[in-house]
Amino acid sequence: MRETEILQRPELICPAGTPAALRAAVDAGADAVYCGLQNETNARNFPGLNFSIPDLEQAVAYAHARQAKVLLAVNTFPRAGRFELWRETVDAAARISVDAIIVADFGVAAYAARTHPKLRLHLSVQAGASSPNAIRYFCEEFGIKRVVLPRILTVAEIAEIHGNAPCEIETFIFGNVGMMAEGRCSLTNYATGISTNMDGVCSPAGDVRYVPNAEGNMTSHLGCFMIDQIGRGESAGYPTICKGRYLCSGRTQGYYAFEEPQTLNLSALLPDLIRAGVAAFKIEGRQRSRAYVTNVVSAFRRALDDVLAGRSPEIASLLALSEGQKETQGAYRSKTWR
Amino acid sequence: MNAMPEIALGPVLFNWQPEAWRDFYFRIADAAPVATVYVGETICSKRAPLFSEYFETAIERLQRGGKTVILSTLGQVVQKTDRNLIDSICSVEELPVEANDVSALHALRGRPHYGGPMLNIYNGESLRFLAERGMRGVCVPAELSATTLAALCAVASELGVTIEAQVFGRISLALSARCYHARAHNRTKDSCLFVCENDPDGLELSTLDAHSFLVINGIQTMSHSYLNLIGELPELQRMGVSRFRLSPHSCDMVQVAGIFHAVLKQTLAVEEAAAQLGALTPRATFANGFYYGKPGHTWQSASPA
Repeated sequence: MRETEILQRPELICPAGTPAALRAAVDAGADAVYCGLQNETNARNFPGLNFSIPDLEQAVAYAHARQAKVLLAVNTFPRAGRFELWRETVDAAARISVDAIIVADFGVAAYAARTHPKLRLHLSVQAGASSPNAIRYFCEEFGIKRVVLPRILTVAEIAEIHGNAPCEIETFIFGNVGMMAEGRCSLTNYATGISTNMDGVCSPAGDVRYVPNAEGNMTSHLGCFMIDQIGRGESAGYPTICKGRYLCSGRTQGYYAFEEPQTLNLSALLPDLIRAGVAAFKIEGRQRSRAYVTNVVSAFRRALDDVLAGRSPEIASLLALSEGQKETQGAYRSKTWR
Repeated sequence: MNAMPEIALGPVLFNWQPEAWRDFYFRIADAAPVATVYVGETICSKRAPLFSEYFETAIERLQRGGKTVILSTLGQVVQKTDRNLIDSICSVEELPVEANDVSALHALRGRPHYGGPMLNIYNGESLRFLAERGMRGVCVPAELSATTLAALCAVASELGVTIEAQVFGRISLALSARCYHARAHNRTKDSCLFVCENDPDGLELSTLDAHSFLVINGIQTMSHSYLNLIGELPELQRMGVSRFRLSPHSCDMVQVAGIFHAVLKQTLAVEEAAAQLGALTPRATFANGFYYGKPGHTWQSASPA
């Protein structure tokens, strides 16, 4: 990086699955924290996770007292006949003065824009806006102020979108990497009867089974489908369909048909992403523990501050965060990922 | 009840040889009892030039056969070639267009158009918003249950929007930017050499314990099972679904259309129709779970009509 270069300071957007994780993220240097309510209005609708309305009020007070923002994910797609719950959620967000809500559904976005014109809207990755015209559509129709880009674009494509989109750009930099275009996947529903888009759950724990076999190996299952086989001593990944191994003709043995299980880590691309015009960096992981949030957020806070000060970020501590999983730059580095 | 029920043929989702693609539409034009035919590449913009020389011929033949032709757009728009394909389809003014992503909605709003099954339209509020911008009909996402579909139909009927549902063929379950067909053959999307052309119904993926599960079609992941709602046609009609989409496969689609048409006209009993469909697609397993709010791969016996 050229020493004289002045880089725009992007926000660091951090996950909070619980009030404790939210405080941890704020204390570790998050510029903003995103969270969801304890129901299917958000895409991490897991048991034991998320916020009640009073939790959210306290979270906003805690964050605002420390100059951090709170973003509420209202990013699932209400099934017809159930829209009221999303309407109530949007109303509550406006009442509590969260700094923005993150939406995906046309109807939810239209309701929020019409009823609460002062409430700032971000477009969720679940909306799958992957081209300038799709982003323009959401900005023009709903006054979207920021779009979270799908994890399927290269840095060059992100730069091009930034040059053509009338809003801020947010990208993921760390955490789980989904292979399917977000908001466009009903694999879980096919296997389990629970919809990622409508119920906010991918690979529900109630449908996950691990079965030991005679050779001392283990198989993982979702619903009635085997997702992977785990050898003795291998760490057992959580069975999500897009990270499983399958058989197909022309292949002699099982292979990762979609992607190997690995963690997205774009720490080495931070300067490129800032130059591409990214206004906010998002860390995935609302399902993660408070300790994990503290570690990851502090590490990225330091890395980002280093980059902005013209220093090379210390990458080793970030690599250690992947917990032994293989790391990837996913789609971001090059089109050959595709 | 809404408009007269009719059979529609969805776009060909697979990479068929150009001549096979042309002859398929010629035969549909001449012999299939379908009212509406969707034409266009919805999966991969690299495939579109392969059959472009037959595009207009096929459309003309379909129109001469009395079919309404609707152009269908790409589901996942990322690269420049994708955006160019969207622009070229949406600039056709003589034919209605079905949008499968939001960039197409951007181009089509303000004039009459349709919403495809790859758009996320799950509720009446979304439908109302889109109808105000010119959407005249929607083919709903396949994962809707009967309860949700009925609630959506109620709003659609107020708005005068046609509701269409897929009733036959493999179900689109996910889209990606990565081509899994290329990956299966250790290639990338840019260097694929069109390896998807070898699988006219998609490339089958089985679990490690050899159970059929999914099918790969370029960037699309589909169900291994064929959706089959022949037994649910009467109930779908009662709730207000008026267009029934058959998704093309390499089996005899003229006969498939004939079977569904006969059930709609009440000239063929559901049991007999189901048996005939099974005979036409001996390798297919059928599923209807989504409709009953169950795992999509499952088969539920229809409740008595």
